[in-house]
Amino acid sequence: MRSRSFLLLLEVSLSVDIKIAVQVEDFDVTAETARLSIFGTGGINSFTGIVRHQNDDSEVQCLRLEHYPGMTESQILAIIQDAAERWDVLGATVIHRVGDLYPGDQIVFVGVASPHRGDAFDACEFIIDYLKTRATFWKKELLPDSERWLKTRQSDVDTANAWQK
Amino acid sequence: MNSINIQFFASLREEVGKDKISLTLPADMSAGLPVSEIVNKLAQQENAAWQSILEASDILVAVNQTLVDRDHCVLPGDEVAFLPPVTGG
Repeated sequence: MRSRSFLLLLEVSLSVDIKIAVQVEDFDVTAETARLSIFGTGGINSFTGIVRHQNDDSEVQCLRLEHYPGMTESQILAIIQDAAERWDVLGATVIHRVGDLYPGDQIVFVGVASPHRGDAFDACEFIIDYLKTRATFWKKELLPDSERWLKTRQSDVDTANAWQK
Repeated sequence: MNSINIQFFASLREEVGKDKISLTLPADMSAGLPVSEIVNKLAQQENAAWQSILEASDILVAVNQTLVDRDHCVLPGDEVAFLPPVTGG
């Protein structure tokens, strides 16, 4: 297994509390949301991605994820910092799992704490949109009779690019 | 020794059949060598088929874990990685 658990807790100049983890282990959404609530915030918005059972009409038996240790975490940090420059963000968490995952498994958590709901919603959506197209993760689907590397979806690229307008 | 470490990820690793490789550079490397030239040397050293694989327009290149253009000059000791299109989230 080339992927390792990696945890980074740090303060950036924008005074945003950031937690980034790329890990094999599962995560606890309730605990992660509770951690974000300590900032005396107005609201928390979170997104949890789940491995789907079917993709492009094929039955997914296993989703194998890999990343580029070090570079991936730096890219996630840059994405969160970008979000914190656009919106009022007090705290942000990104947890992305790697290794072999199965349908129904949690795969990614994005949580944002903000004084206002609009900022929390927008920053959270921005971060997950950018994670899909601007961070070095790769997914391979294991199907009943074959396996295939997933390709970047043009719709994901278009969605992420829309934030630049 | 003037060498650089090169890594291949995901589908690219399976395509070239290796996850990492060391490439020895010419003796005088003070100005560095562009990524495009690194690809030429890899094709010569390993397999001519790598030329088109690594030159594909959707393949990204990172040097020391930062994305770079193909004209970026690589220096001895650098960590070079060839990356297929990403699919996170």
